[in-house]
Amino acid sequence: MYAFDFEKPKTVAEAVEALSREDAMALGGGQTLIPSLKQHLAAPSALVSLTGIAEMRGVCTGTDGALCVGGATPHAVVATEAAAKYPALAALAGNIGDPAVRNRGTIGGSLANNDPAADYPAAVLGSGATIVTNTRSIAADDFFEGLFTTALEPGEIIVEVRFPIPQRAAYAKFQQPASRFALTGVFVAKTANGVRVAVTGASENGVFRWSEAEAALSADFSAEAIEGVSVPAEGMVGDLHGTPAYRANLVKVMTQRAVRAA
Amino acid sequence: MTKVTMTVNGRAVSGEVEGRTLLSAFLREGLGLTGTHVGCDTSQCGACVVHVDGQPVKSCTVFASDVEGASVTTIEGMANPDGTLGRVQQAFQDHHGLQCGFCTPGMVMSAAALLAENPKPTEADVRHYLEGNICRCTGYHNIVKAVLAASGQDVSGLAAE
Repeated sequence: MYAFDFEKPKTVAEAVEALSREDAMALGGGQTLIPSLKQHLAAPSALVSLTGIAEMRGVCTGTDGALCVGGATPHAVVATEAAAKYPALAALAGNIGDPAVRNRGTIGGSLANNDPAADYPAAVLGSGATIVTNTRSIAADDFFEGLFTTALEPGEIIVEVRFPIPQRAAYAKFQQPASRFALTGVFVAKTANGVRVAVTGASENGVFRWSEAEAALSADFSAEAIEGVSVPAEGMVGDLHGTPAYRANLVKVMTQRAVRAA
Repeated sequence: MTKVTMTVNGRAVSGEVEGRTLLSAFLREGLGLTGTHVGCDTSQCGACVVHVDGQPVKSCTVFASDVEGASVTTIEGMANPDGTLGRVQQAFQDHHGLQCGFCTPGMVMSAAALLAENPKPTEADVRHYLEGNICRCTGYHNIVKAVLAASGQDVSGLAAE
């Protein structure tokens, strides 16, 4: 790793100030960023750890009934503390990586990184959650902008994620057994305004909503309802783990599994 | 260089570190606690697992400065106060849960964390919890057996494979 200064502010305001320095980077749990630093894929002048900011940690219920998750909350905490209120989200968080990774990795770090095979983007997009930063609120539909790209401005911090609670929801993940990332993962949420289906791991552009399945499931929330729809292989990831056609098929299979589990 | 202070195996310690100093490096090179092994150095193999405030983490993927003030337990802290092997360590020895031993410190730390969370795990619970710990010798069977034995469960019905 190249050398950098390490800072650990206690408040969001201090973190914003520290991040205003040229080439400073925010550090969540570091489960992606630290391996990247080791490979010299990033060379920040300073790392600003967000894990010491008490106001960004923990799970609570907002006045509107939404589940609020602090941006620096580790996956293991979400797996436990969201279990009663939003079991589908808790189950997703409890199956990210492995126990040691879940004790460090944070929801804000995962979303800001927007890895195309990460689990949390599917939950956030599938739930129609809102990403609250130090400056604004961003709807999930406007947040994810493709491979490792989000609507976040330089220095902008994910302070909280607010999840409206759906009537029914589930996440079905076909796990790449070595990395435990999603070879394809589908989050399905049935809400009063219809069904949302968000797919991670499959597309070359990262997480996306599968609108044809949403329409079919909004009319009939059953696995059979999407028997006749499919996603094209074009634009799906092809690598040694699976071809684009294989992933396209997995999208449908995992959507059906999620519907059955919801 | 900045000074970092933490409690390691019940002892208050401090040392000078760079921002980029990993917890694994601080433990091994700063404190001489070489029981924590660095295998892959990419947070996949789990040989470097230690407990930070009671929770298992991969010490090769945590900066020492980020756990300032924390209580850290390493494999050196797992023996009984009289120096004999702790419960989990003894079970690994009794059930031949290791061959070369390189992954064992991380396995023991993860197993101890599991048993703290879930005192009577099933075989499936053990296998799921140890997903982040890789062993290239044993085929895992005797590791799982050791963890179940350490939980006080009867493992005589588990065939050796």
